[in-house]
Amino acid sequence: MSNNIYYYSLIMQIIKIKLVKISYKLWTGKGSESLIIVKDLKKRYNDFAVLHGINLNISKGDIYGLVGRSGAGKSTLLRCINGLESYDEGKLIVNGMEMSSYNREGLREARKEIGMIFQNFSLLERKTVYDNVALPMVCWKYPNSEIDKRVNELLELVGILDKRNKRPRNLSGGQKQRVAIARALALNPKILLCDEATSALDPKTTKSILALLREINEKLGITIIIVTHQIEVVKQICNKACILENGKIVEEGSVEEIFFRQSPAMKRFLGEEEEINYSIGKSIQIFISEDLNNNAIFTQMALDLNITFSIVGGRMERYGNKNLGFFVISLKDDQYPRVIKYLDSKSIVWRDMMTNIDFIGKKGELKCEI
Amino acid sequence: MRDMNLIEILYKLILPALFDTMKMLLISTILSLIFGCIVAIVLIATEENGLRPNSCVHKVLDVIVNIIRSFPFIILIVAIIPFTRFFVGTSIGIKGAIVPLTIASTPFMARVIEGSLKEVDKSLIEAAKSFGASDMQIIFKVMFIEAIPSIISGICLGIVSLLGATAMAGAVGAGGLGAVAITYGHQSFNDKVMYSVVVVLIILVQCIQVMGNFLYNKLK
Repeated sequence: MSNNIYYYSLIMQIIKIKLVKISYKLWTGKGSESLIIVKDLKKRYNDFAVLHGINLNISKGDIYGLVGRSGAGKSTLLRCINGLESYDEGKLIVNGMEMSSYNREGLREARKEIGMIFQNFSLLERKTVYDNVALPMVCWKYPNSEIDKRVNELLELVGILDKRNKRPRNLSGGQKQRVAIARALALNPKILLCDEATSALDPKTTKSILALLREINEKLGITIIIVTHQIEVVKQICNKACILENGKIVEEGSVEEIFFRQSPAMKRFLGEEEEINYSIGKSIQIFISEDLNNNAIFTQMALDLNITFSIVGGRMERYGNKNLGFFVISLKDDQYPRVIKYLDSKSIVWRDMMTNIDFIGKKGELKCEI
Repeated sequence: MRDMNLIEILYKLILPALFDTMKMLLISTILSLIFGCIVAIVLIATEENGLRPNSCVHKVLDVIVNIIRSFPFIILIVAIIPFTRFFVGTSIGIKGAIVPLTIASTPFMARVIEGSLKEVDKSLIEAAKSFGASDMQIIFKVMFIEAIPSIISGICLGIVSLLGATAMAGAVGAGGLGAVAITYGHQSFNDKVMYSVVVVLIILVQCIQVMGNFLYNKLK
């Protein structure tokens, strides 16, 4: 009898998931305005394929994380977006224009809309902070009065107006990156590309730079794309992300989704060792967001169902301004159907550790894979 | 001439020769810098990962530079006499010396400048590209700006070796300090003249180096 309930609920869940998948696709298809559309993008260096068919959609106002280990092709993908690298096949549409369709002059013009910052800051060591920030405008022959006004504005925005006459070598890493950000914003771009922008900085400085990027995103409405190998960066500011592995996207979605899903790709990226073998009884992974946490879910469940279980693993982390986490509980076989029924009734996202099948409670919009 | 005292040697022989040397040095430095810059820019721009990759142009220029650099200077002077005559009408005197001096020094200057430009951080060039700087702006507003101190110290090296070359040119009729040291000093067995010239050359080299170091430190 209990087995029947189990299989019945399994089938229902699968149908639910399929429906969600379809609706998710419909939703993303017509969703908000796409600023960058990447379709089946391929690039190879000689015989080595760096990008094998990348598909991406980045909307206006996103802070998008391109995550992966070194050599995954994330920097190459980023450089394709502003034409620093060319691609062999596929489509890459930025601001409604195919990047490969530009000629030399057109590409220069298009790059005005796309600022970029780098891991090692890339500032002119022999020029002052002011001259560094002014350089893009000097290259585009803006009048001096306008340059002066804009540079001061930008230095104020990034919080280093007092350093305007210093040389970069007299600045700290964080300050140098602020200068680079100011320079990248000089031409009023719509998009800001960050290539491992925080990888050379200490954790505290990284936080302050990320806070600045978030502020820029919110205040100026600039879409930001961040290439990084630091998961903390994604957690802290990205709203969407994808994981690249050997030139392919192996995981994609909102940061919350990626975290809830805990896909093998995510685990491989984090380099987490295989989980403990939960061989005795049933193990369920229960995902928790802040509001659930406040309702004391575990003790409430124990009381409501009058059962006992042990918590065998878990983690809480901060993503942006939300606390997300999961706990793994171990149950006796006969408690299993009652617990999943309970979890479903409370709309709590859970996953069976044995079958690795995801089930959806409240987070109905999640795209799940079986 | 043997009974000349040191003051007379300085005034009558060395001072006029010093002017000639300086004239040769200055003109050939300026000319070789101009040509060297052009060659260096073409080399840098056409290299494999350059701004306008063109392996054909790059290789040809590279080989020409190497060929000229492998000539011993004294042979180069003689080898290009017809060319020198065609250009300035004579193969002797200051005018006749400036042509081979410039030709010998241009590849040197080109390599020095090329080397310094190559040292410029690649990501700096990418950054300049990312805000839409043109190739010319990248070369002059980014690469040269960053490379100036190291170019200066390279040029210093070039001027000193050019000074050595002017002395050699003196041996084949160009005048200047080298000619004085050889004809009035060495060949007339007059050690006083010969060593006075050497001392003047030492001072000159010192001055060039000190000036170069000063500029390097000031600009860095």
